[in-house]
Amino acid sequence: MQLLFLLEQVLNGLVLGGYYLLIALGLSLIFSVGGVVNLAHGAFYALGAYLSLEIARFLGFAPAVVLSPIAVALLGILFERFILRRFYTADPILSLLVTFGVALVAEQAIRMAWGAAPLPATMPQALKGNVMAGDFLFSRYRLLLLAIVAVILAGIWLLLNKTSFGRVVRAGIQRPDMVAALGIRLQPYMTAIVMLGVGMAALGGALFAPIVIVHPAMGAEIITVAFVVVVIGGLGSFWGVVLAALLVGVVRGITIHFAPAAGEASIYVLMFLVLMFRPRGLLGERIEKFE
Amino acid sequence: MTTRRTVLKASAAAAALGFPFVSRGQSDRIRIGHLTPLTGFLGALGEYAVQGLKIAVDEINKGGGVMGRQLDVMSEDSVNPATAATKAQRMLDQDRVALLMGEINSASAKTIMQVAAREKRLFLQVGARSDVLRGADCNRYTFHVDIPVTVMVNAEGQALLRDGLVKGKKIFCLTSDYLFGHDLAKAAKAFITANGGSVIGDELTATDVTDFSPYLLKIRQAKPDMVATNLGGNQVTNFVKQYAEFGLPYAVAGFNLNTADAWAAGEGNLGGVWPTVWHHEVDTPGSKAFVAEFRKRYGKPPENHAWIEYVSLHILARAMNETRSTDTDKLIGFFEKQPEFDLLKPRKGYFRSWDHQLMQEAYTFTVKPRGQAKDKWDTLQFGPAVPAANQPLELLATSKAQNTCKM
Repeated sequence: MQLLFLLEQVLNGLVLGGYYLLIALGLSLIFSVGGVVNLAHGAFYALGAYLSLEIARFLGFAPAVVLSPIAVALLGILFERFILRRFYTADPILSLLVTFGVALVAEQAIRMAWGAAPLPATMPQALKGNVMAGDFLFSRYRLLLLAIVAVILAGIWLLLNKTSFGRVVRAGIQRPDMVAALGIRLQPYMTAIVMLGVGMAALGGALFAPIVIVHPAMGAEIITVAFVVVVIGGLGSFWGVVLAALLVGVVRGITIHFAPAAGEASIYVLMFLVLMFRPRGLLGERIEKFE
Repeated sequence: MTTRRTVLKASAAAAALGFPFVSRGQSDRIRIGHLTPLTGFLGALGEYAVQGLKIAVDEINKGGGVMGRQLDVMSEDSVNPATAATKAQRMLDQDRVALLMGEINSASAKTIMQVAAREKRLFLQVGARSDVLRGADCNRYTFHVDIPVTVMVNAEGQALLRDGLVKGKKIFCLTSDYLFGHDLAKAAKAFITANGGSVIGDELTATDVTDFSPYLLKIRQAKPDMVATNLGGNQVTNFVKQYAEFGLPYAVAGFNLNTADAWAAGEGNLGGVWPTVWHHEVDTPGSKAFVAEFRKRYGKPPENHAWIEYVSLHILARAMNETRSTDTDKLIGFFEKQPEFDLLKPRKGYFRSWDHQLMQEAYTFTVKPRGQAKDKWDTLQFGPAVPAANQPLELLATSKAQNTCKM
């Protein structure tokens, strides 16, 4: 019986990992291609949640989940063009500072626009409730969420590995100088990657709004976990991030099963252990420009 | 990562400091130092607190101030217990405030109380509810306005007994892992066992938990008759949203929920019975006028932390006016004579002289059925006051024999 309960926590942890993945993958892509740790990533997640609530008031839940990430991705163009672009080759501390500043400004802007009080958000009644698979219980909504994440994951993998766009991006991660020598400008690709990354974060915000509290600091809450996932997974590795997100979800679930008070701390312990034995992360590649 | 989070919180605090809402006044003003959490899991409540306080400041100053002097209230984010104490000390030393007020976080209230006792200055502890603050940690310089954990548990408990949810029932507790949560769990468990229920599980959750799914699975594995939450701030909102998401069949109740966090739950997510110290539908002229003014200024109804700051400043103003002084000992003497204060409720309240906690009415609320709410603020159904009008106000509070407070 005890084993069954534990297995249920493991499965739930895998579902939760999908939830982290949506945020972490974009963060990792922007990091890998541009060399910028985008501390403002959480702000786009929060914005995605808030915009989806506004859109849902007029058009309903499903259109909001689609339109909000598109709107945020368009905002991502401005973010890349006027802020990030100046820092790709600069000292990393500068990009850390500027994106951290953007995160603070965005949080305060949300507070001024929508107030500090959390906003009510709910999912369509039909999506509530659980699904039983044998003895295991799953939230119906989270299974839907997992399916969406899987589709997006497949899409991004195909984009990176089966298209000419992906070839340029992957080459840009490893040898930006060679890409330039071949006469390819990386900048439009970078704009597209940032749009994709912040759009995914916004999609995460729109999808999580019905299950977590919607408040101005929600971006700061998620960025910490997303960052831990990226560090554990390793830079530049698509599957590393996937593996790390699932691992973080499972480790947290198992810890809460045995020692609930340590649940939130467990993911940092995991990061510590991984970095001790694999400083580059689980599947991190050696990237020359970061060495 | 801890470092980054610390930096983030400190910076958020710095950002909050960038917008002080009152100007630094001249020396003939009476300065009051106000600390409350404006960021973190209690930050939303802190915003209501500051908004309610502003109304009181403007009213008092427009009416000629206190002893003919204008009030100058400086509000700051207390951030965490350590920062709260540092800021309290600075407000007394450098900003020359006459006295301190505020707080929602019990752990921060505790450190500010220590500063107040050391400096022998008055601290009106407005919104933190831990029993310990009024018990083992009580001191002569602190007076407590909000209802404590014991009163919340007893008020809520009466409603649960009425609904037959305690006697012979298996109850699973979920507890916030800090001073307030531990205190609440202690009182709740004592109440449950004293009334024939059994606690079959009690799980601690960190205050920054946003995903409750592993806990929900454990609840299902335990198959309780009822889930009782001892959570703080916006944790309750996260929990009830995910509880509705997972569609578990067990009854849910809780010993703490602020109306702002109840409003944020979203339609169809919240159920059960909850306690509160005040609500915006209390039927007195004073409450109605306050609610109307708050709505006019901020476009939404006030929640209990807005109300409590409002009445707290009025209590302080009356104490200073009647003693013609801001002197700590004179103010303490005034409060200890147990004068009755208008709390905008049907019955007046008073500070008990021996443990300095305010005796007052409390309320319970449930959630209106789907489709009955007129707007997003109209989702709650408020019950009658407890104790009832013919019962003594001290009925739900700790008795002198139970309370360990020694001044």
